[in-house]
Amino acid sequence: MTHLAIRGLSKVYAAQAAPAVDDLDLDIESGSLTALLGPSGCGKTTTMKMIAGLLKPTTGDILFDERSILSIPPERRGAVMVFQNHLLFPYMSIAQNVGYGLKMRRMERAEIDRQVAEMLELVRLPGMEDRRPKELSGGQQQRVALARALVVRPKILLLDEPLSNLDAHLRFEMRDLIRDIQQQMGITTVFVTHDQEEAVVLADKIALIFDGRLQQYDKPLAFYEQPSSRRIAAFFGGVNFFTGTQDGDGFTSTIGRFSVTRDGPADGGILTIRPEDVRLSEDGETNTVSGTIDSQVYVGTHARLRVTVDDHTVNVVADADVMKRYGQGDRITLQFPENKLWILPAE
Amino acid sequence: MSDAAPTASTNVSARDGNVGAAVRKVIFYLTIAFMCLMLVLPVIAFFFNAFAFRWFYPQFIPKEWSLQAWERLDLIPPEGERTLANFIALWLEVPDAVSALWLSLSIGAVVTGISILIGLPAARALGLYRFRGKRIVEFMIITPTIVPPIAFSLGLNINFIRWDLALADAGIPLDLAGSVVGVAIVHLVPVMPYVVLTLSGVFANYNADFEAQARSLGAGPIRIFFDVTFPAILPGLFVAGLFAFLVSWSQYLLTFLIGQGRVITLPMLLFSAAGSGNNAVIAVLSLIFIAPAVLILLVASRYLSGDSSAVGGFGRV
Ligand SMILES: Nc1ncnc2c1ncn2[C@@H]1O[C@H](COP(=O)(O)OP(=O)(O)OP(=O)(O)O)[C@@H](O)[C@H]1O
Ligand SMILES: [Mg+2]
Repeated sequence: MTHLAIRGLSKVYAAQAAPAVDDLDLDIESGSLTALLGPSGCGKTTTMKMIAGLLKPTTGDILFDERSILSIPPERRGAVMVFQNHLLFPYMSIAQNVGYGLKMRRMERAEIDRQVAEMLELVRLPGMEDRRPKELSGGQQQRVALARALVVRPKILLLDEPLSNLDAHLRFEMRDLIRDIQQQMGITTVFVTHDQEEAVVLADKIALIFDGRLQQYDKPLAFYEQPSSRRIAAFFGGVNFFTGTQDGDGFTSTIGRFSVTRDGPADGGILTIRPEDVRLSEDGETNTVSGTIDSQVYVGTHARLRVTVDDHTVNVVADADVMKRYGQGDRITLQFPENKLWILPAE
Repeated sequence: MSDAAPTASTNVSARDGNVGAAVRKVIFYLTIAFMCLMLVLPVIAFFFNAFAFRWFYPQFIPKEWSLQAWERLDLIPPEGERTLANFIALWLEVPDAVSALWLSLSIGAVVTGISILIGLPAARALGLYRFRGKRIVEFMIITPTIVPPIAFSLGLNINFIRWDLALADAGIPLDLAGSVVGVAIVHLVPVMPYVVLTLSGVFANYNADFEAQARSLGAGPIRIFFDVTFPAILPGLFVAGLFAFLVSWSQYLLTFLIGQGRVITLPMLLFSAAGSGNNAVIAVLSLIFIAPAVLILLVASRYLSGDSSAVGGFGRV
């Protein structure tokens, strides 16, 4: 159980002007599972490599349990990284791969064999010891890579896109496996993903990074309910943004004035509501707008509606049976619950 | 009836395919046969010459055989005296051919080792990293294959002599000109391009993250080299070593110029024999000269006919 702290961490690659990681601050609770989330090229792998000691930071500090570890070489740091492409050593058997870290720690042969068998059991690959990496499927290889890292009981486990390269079915299986093992062993874990859904399902906390800069570090729900910028809201599937100004307990926007109960930022200038929070209005309610249904799409469990209100589009996710009551071109009245409206800073 | 037409047409096209395949097969085997002939014929000629006794024009195959040439080179005792004791006595005196063979092997081995020690880091840098002036470095490395050897070896010889004098003045009696050390150094010039080119091709397809992964799991630099890097580059290393050895092995001009006639490698012996005009002796020396090459190629073809295609060149294969 190790607490991980990152202080003002930056990395500038020699040939590049813009830093790959820019002044990153993070406090990761011991035993927690944290997601580094962001689009491709935002500096996730770079951050992981710096924590693992495989890259030297340009500036900043990294602390395990309040002690700076920058001077400790990677092989003795106790932070084990699992790479994006699992990277099993092709010339070694599965047992040799999994036992590699233990061998480096000069553990006895018999003890290595015992722990390897135990760990293969844990990742649900019992009896695979004598296979070669290329005799396993992609998902199995990924699990071997996980076992190889876990078996040394690292202080910090760093997983770089552990679920990429897997098909949907294997993704779910691997996701549950990671969650189970992580809780069972209580290893402080940081994993990288560019898929927000994956981060939400798996992580205790999410660190969202754009262009090397930390945008928001919060519990998953907060990214839906209290995103701190329009870009963050959009990354998490927000689509309804209406510019305007805040006044007292209300907000006057391009599609009307709404009362809001949650405080926005001082420079609030954008009103947002998640499509699934928009309700179909009954008579006599406040915070309503009327518009014309532009399109309706049935998406299995729900219906997606695009409603045009004064030349602006409001996206709505509603119960599927709305499609029985309304058709394209019909007038519809929508209601925005005041506790679901959220104000974002102007851009 | 309606089914007949398509069936017939399939048969025809299948037969066409068979004819095409057969023609291709014939061409393939003819090519192989031709290449074998080109490579094997000279060797057969050497064999006949080396063991023939008076082999004259109209005879296609020698009528009489002898070991005269081998005796002449002090490799075999004369007829009637071929006892084990005589063999040992003869070889203990180290025949010229044997000492030349030994010298060629030693220089080849040392040059191979040194060229790989120098070439490995250079090739790694060229294969893995992008840096300013990389194209210039690449060009510099292949220049020895473009510049005529006589040009740089004459220049080197002059410098070697100058350094030898300077070193002698400083009380260090190291002779580069006319010594085995000097010859080995000058062999490195034509050898390095092959080694660096081959190995940089290997590193262009090499994923250095494997090393980082091993490091992260607790391996130090030496373990990483032997556990991760070495097995991955072994086929390429083998090919590079092969090139290095064979290039050094077949050097004549450089050995002659820098060795100043005092470093007698196998090619030196062969060339002086060629001047003497004794076909049998030339044939014997030639057989000794091509033996390691044939041996190496046999081993190599076995070893490299796996899934490892290791030969490249600055990664642009
Ligand atoms: N060795 C390197 N030299 C120069 N620039 C690099 C190097 N490695 C990464 N970069 C750059 O740094 C930035 C961040 O890269 P990084 O690999 O950390 O991104 P990432 O978030 O892991 O992306 P992905 O999701 O695609 O894996 C990118 O712009 C990338 O081009
Ligand atoms: Mg990455």
